[in-house]
Amino acid sequence: MSSRKTLFDKVWDSHVVHKIEDGPDVLFIDRHMVHEVTSPVAFLGLKNRGIPVMHPEKTFATADHNTPTINQHLPVEDPLSANQLRMLEENANEHGISYWGLGHEKNGIVHVVGPEYGITQPGATIVCGDSHTSTHGAFGAIAFGIGTSEVEMVLASQCIMQPKPKRMRINITGELQFGVTPKDVALFIISQLTTSGATGYFVEYAGDVFKNMSMEGRMTVCNLSIEMGARGGMIAPDDKTFAYIKGREFTPTGAAWDKAMAYWETLHTDADAVFDKELTFDGSLIEPMITYGTNPGMGMGISNAIPNANEVQGGVSTYKKSLQYMAFNEGESMMGKTIDYVFLGSCTNGRIEDFRAFASIVKGRKKADNVTAWLVPGSHKVETAIKEEGLLEVLQEAGFSLREPGCSACLAMNEDKIPAGKLAVSTSNRNFEGRQGPGSRTILASPLVAAAAAVTGKVTDPRELMEKLFA
Amino acid sequence: MAYDKFNILTSTAVPLPIENVDTDQIIPARFLKATERTGFGDNLFRDWRYNQDNTPKKDFVLNDATFSGKILVGGKNFGSGSSREHAAWAVYDYGFRCVVSSFFADIFRNNCLNIGVLPVQVSADFLQKIFDAVEENPKTELEINLPEQRIILLSTGESESFEINKYKKNNMLNGFDDIDFLLNIKEDIETFAANTPL
Ligand code: SF4
Repeated sequence: MSSRKTLFDKVWDSHVVHKIEDGPDVLFIDRHMVHEVTSPVAFLGLKNRGIPVMHPEKTFATADHNTPTINQHLPVEDPLSANQLRMLEENANEHGISYWGLGHEKNGIVHVVGPEYGITQPGATIVCGDSHTSTHGAFGAIAFGIGTSEVEMVLASQCIMQPKPKRMRINITGELQFGVTPKDVALFIISQLTTSGATGYFVEYAGDVFKNMSMEGRMTVCNLSIEMGARGGMIAPDDKTFAYIKGREFTPTGAAWDKAMAYWETLHTDADAVFDKELTFDGSLIEPMITYGTNPGMGMGISNAIPNANEVQGGVSTYKKSLQYMAFNEGESMMGKTIDYVFLGSCTNGRIEDFRAFASIVKGRKKADNVTAWLVPGSHKVETAIKEEGLLEVLQEAGFSLREPGCSACLAMNEDKIPAGKLAVSTSNRNFEGRQGPGSRTILASPLVAAAAAVTGKVTDPRELMEKLFA
Repeated sequence: MAYDKFNILTSTAVPLPIENVDTDQIIPARFLKATERTGFGDNLFRDWRYNQDNTPKKDFVLNDATFSGKILVGGKNFGSGSSREHAAWAVYDYGFRCVVSSFFADIFRNNCLNIGVLPVQVSADFLQKIFDAVEENPKTELEINLPEQRIILLSTGESESFEINKYKKNNMLNGFDDIDFLLNIKEDIETFAANTPL
């Protein structure tokens, strides 16, 4: 009876190698991305078992989490970081895995370079030892983050054991307001669902807002799926998707392209397919968003007031502890708060569109004196585009400089740490206590909000600085 | 990586009644630079446990000799955030074999099951009972009975059953990991690989 399938079911079911009774499915993995932080122990595991990587040609390594974002041509100073980077290189070489290390022209954040080189494809299963692997779902792939034991598992067997998640569809209808970006859409959804609202689910995003969104924007939204607890998020591939991937280095060509297209064109949710949960929001009601607390679910429209403890779901004491950490008060507005740092970057908002958005606001203005700004492209390809499009000049004229690609202050494993007590407006994905450096305080926002903060030195509604295209 | 078999665990517990404990708190990112899987227990809850000058914070429960044991009892939504398995290693390496909460983040739960830490999800009521009992008497013991999938508060005899899938349960009981299983079906995997479109 039920031949009606969701997009998620189609991709998942076609990758099941083996079903374990009352246990997880054995899922075949088409693409495995590895980086220096979560892979060394996995490679060590292979060595201890005396087995090779089963499919090195489906495995791709890049260095990003732990790399410096200045002077990348010099030896890495931190001996522990240098050691991890060396291990990745050695492991990649030993097992015949493509390796895009520091300084390599294709180097960049794993979830930025995957799509850039066509490694990310519709209908693929993609895993990586980083929770924001969900980014690749923007292409209609099933992509999710895994732990190090699972990295070892995929290296050893090209499979992963996973219970099949439940299906959720989030529809956003209508049209976004002026100044509202994909990041705002994602922060809005998380604020509605909370950080655990989608736990156990795989989400499909549907509706006009996503149809009209660029591939970059779709990546931003899928990237943040994990922040509402979802295993991952995906968007059905369409002409925009196919146009994006066509002609990239690892994209199939000729007959292989035609064969792939025949598969890709089946990748949509059938009309009567049933989801375990379905939510619909009106996109025209979303404002530019901002977070005020220490998890990504603590977000609100930028002009709102911080909710009172008795208005929020969850524990009052946890909520108060969070505000105390941020040094904010219930009921107050965030507008006008003086900020110290701005971070533009990460796999959430480190792509060329994000730099275009940031530049559109700082153009003809000056960086505020009280602000330290770190602008970190997601990859060398993004860095090159920034230069070629003339954005670098715009940024430099406004008093900004560009760093070299990497994860940087997203997780602050390298030297890019926000100092204790300092307040940062960040385009990354997590505002947890100490995420961007011990004691750092993070406000998550879009590149537009970050740019408005960077030039005014305080939390500012970017719409005040934007010229309407149609008056 | 092999770990000790898990059957019935009877132990006192360490209470951490905080909700949404994320993996950045369990093990801060700056400790992820290791290339081996040892020593993570020392940095479990590092920033809650130590001041910046590395002196212990007296009011944090791991620094309070009153509480000890192989069971960590945490608030709702335990282990949210980053997928880092180091969080589960830190819990294991510190000496915990079981984490009890009323809700676990997905990846953290999986990571625990892969490395020999048993996540036991109980009702909010039962969790509160455990917190109350342990606060009142830190010597209170819990029994975690994996074969019967039951958690028992030994001071009152109250108990609840918990879920675990049959496959993972079998692995935990035998100290097996998933890779042993997968290598046994290698031929099936290769046949499958030869027929994938991508
Ligand atoms: S930018 Fe942040 S979230 Fe993205 S891969 Fe790097 S550390 Fe992970």
